[in-house]
Amino acid sequence: MSAPAEVRRGSLDQLLASKEIAITCGPGGVGKTTVAASVAAMAACHHGGKVLVVTVDPARRLADALGLKGLGNEEHRIDAEMFREAGVSPRGELWAAMLDTKASWDALIVRHAPDARTREQILRNPLYRNISGRFVQSHDYIAMERLFEIHSTGDYDLIVVDTPPSRHALDFLDAPKRMAEFFSSRLLRWLIVPYRSRMVTLASRPFQQIADRILGTQFLTDISEFFILFQSMHAGFIERADAVVRLLGDRRTTFLVVSTLDSSPLSEAEQFAGELGRRHLHLGAMVLNRTLPDYLRDPAALAVARSIGERADELAGRLPTDPAITAPLLREIAESFINFSLVARREAEQRNELAHVPEVLATAPAFEHDIASLTGLLALGQTIWR
Amino acid sequence: MTTSPAAPATGGLFGHQLLFVTGKGGVGKTTVTAALAQLAAQRGKRVLACDIDASGGLGAMFEAGPVGFVPTPVAPGVSVMSMDTEASLREYLKVSLRIPLAGRIGPLAKAFDFVATAAPGVREILTVGKLCWEVREGHYDLVVVDAPASGHVVSQLGAPQAINDLVKVGQIRSQTDWMLELLSDPRRTGVIPVTIPEEMPVSETLELTERIERETSAAVVAVIVNKVLPELFSTREEAIFEELRTPANLEVIAADAGGDPGPVLEAARLAVSTRRARAVHLQLLQERLDPRVPILLLPYLFTRVGGLRSTRQVATALGEELGS
Repeated sequence: MSAPAEVRRGSLDQLLASKEIAITCGPGGVGKTTVAASVAAMAACHHGGKVLVVTVDPARRLADALGLKGLGNEEHRIDAEMFREAGVSPRGELWAAMLDTKASWDALIVRHAPDARTREQILRNPLYRNISGRFVQSHDYIAMERLFEIHSTGDYDLIVVDTPPSRHALDFLDAPKRMAEFFSSRLLRWLIVPYRSRMVTLASRPFQQIADRILGTQFLTDISEFFILFQSMHAGFIERADAVVRLLGDRRTTFLVVSTLDSSPLSEAEQFAGELGRRHLHLGAMVLNRTLPDYLRDPAALAVARSIGERADELAGRLPTDPAITAPLLREIAESFINFSLVARREAEQRNELAHVPEVLATAPAFEHDIASLTGLLALGQTIWR
Repeated sequence: MTTSPAAPATGGLFGHQLLFVTGKGGVGKTTVTAALAQLAAQRGKRVLACDIDASGGLGAMFEAGPVGFVPTPVAPGVSVMSMDTEASLREYLKVSLRIPLAGRIGPLAKAFDFVATAAPGVREILTVGKLCWEVREGHYDLVVVDAPASGHVVSQLGAPQAINDLVKVGQIRSQTDWMLELLSDPRRTGVIPVTIPEEMPVSETLELTERIERETSAAVVAVIVNKVLPELFSTREEAIFEELRTPANLEVIAADAGGDPGPVLEAARLAVSTRRARAVHLQLLQERLDPRVPILLLPYLFTRVGGLRSTRQVATALGEELGS
């Protein structure tokens, strides 16, 4: 087995020393948010400066650990006292914020609206409320938009951003572009022209007729009103979306792909890594989370487990404990080792088969308990940092 | 909805016509969907399994190649299809409105994309509409849906209502009524959240079941907890396990087994400890979930997951949980 250590050329420590933005991404359910928080905590400890982690949907106890409860969009500092309790004296500051999609959208409208009246009309519009609150792709866009906004304040040395869970891990990369297209499309103009001029153009007539028939005129009028209002912010949005795209491709930005070694998340993570490459975005590291301990792959230990299982009755006879309980117990212990050993070997093989190996390949163990404290985040961080 | 219909007994799971399987990423939603379809087919149902994410994972669970919008038989009694909202729109226009749109569908579908982006439920209704239509046509006894992650399923179930609220007239309006009837009938339509015994998946499942009760008329018919680790020891066995780890006993085992038993015992301790940490979440689920909703446990598979072999294994485990 070729040890991953041979492929590995750098470390997260080194990688993040040169970056201002680290975006964690990958399939759902692999501990992305925890890894993002952990990496940020390590950077604050070892690199110093101001480090911010922007999370999307942290587990409640992790949010509590970061003091995020009810704080919404505002960034706030993790009390240095919490680091001291965790037994470390950080060189820098750790800040945290949670992404509040609705509040971020509202802020965006306030910034781009040409006048107070338009602003109020949009904020009150039921379709706008639907987009900002429920339209899932809007999370993707807002996460990147918020990143851009925070980055442009120049307040932080490093910003670690957790990406929202989405149907496709890549959605957020396309979000700014899609948002820009959304506001500049000819079809959008088709939709709103008749209501603006009260004259149906030749080009849009067939569409209008069909749309009327299916949806009803009132609904189309509602939609048109909404789009007309949004048109007034068109230029601002496009410009902004372009800037967000540029920032993602900047040399100071890197992507950390997080996965477990389960086959289905791993293949998703691999596709993601490949896609980053095609887009000329910087795949800085792959973090393999929740891996099983190495001793499970030790052939000598496996031989011992087999032997214990086969010789359980004799062995139980030689031990001082009640053989009637000890023998089946020994068999269970042996069986359990063999089972987990199989999983561990499969995981190792899948790690060896990785096609896109970035300069940093970090492996974090499966922790027995959920990580819900700064101490836990730092313990995880220790395993992937160097 | 204020009235929560009594959840039917687990044996009646396959008495439904439309089942939405949902859950957070990584919980094994697709595997469970495939297993449900497989098991229902084994019990004599004609089943259509539908992949909403178009990730192609569902077909692979039956060793089938890529499946499209047209249902494809993949196993005895099981067909699989992959949702495609544009194809659904085309079918809807053809079947319901008799608008032949072969040439014009391009711009219309793109325009719909815009409308769907802004308006609640348009994309969802094209998805749900197709599913409801398949149920109504009666080509299948059961339609099982590999639905998107938790929150989206609520939008899908609520889509006909949302459309009804927005669209006051027009042909769409008349189409949503029968869908609403099907989706809000707990004897015909059910939601099955899949989870694993971990903090986030369990709390999301609890939130989801509350939301389904509050915001839709559909019923949660069962919660499936996947990847449950086997119980290794009872308390009495644990006392003996601790004794085995004393140096004198370790020596006896080492001499007999021909090597250091340390890692083997450590692995057992890890397995027990991990299981216990997860049991806390499982317990929370049992305490908080409406007691009328059955919880079905599926074991963690140490063997490879994915493909027909694991679909069969999970179907068997599910069959044992459900009884006959």
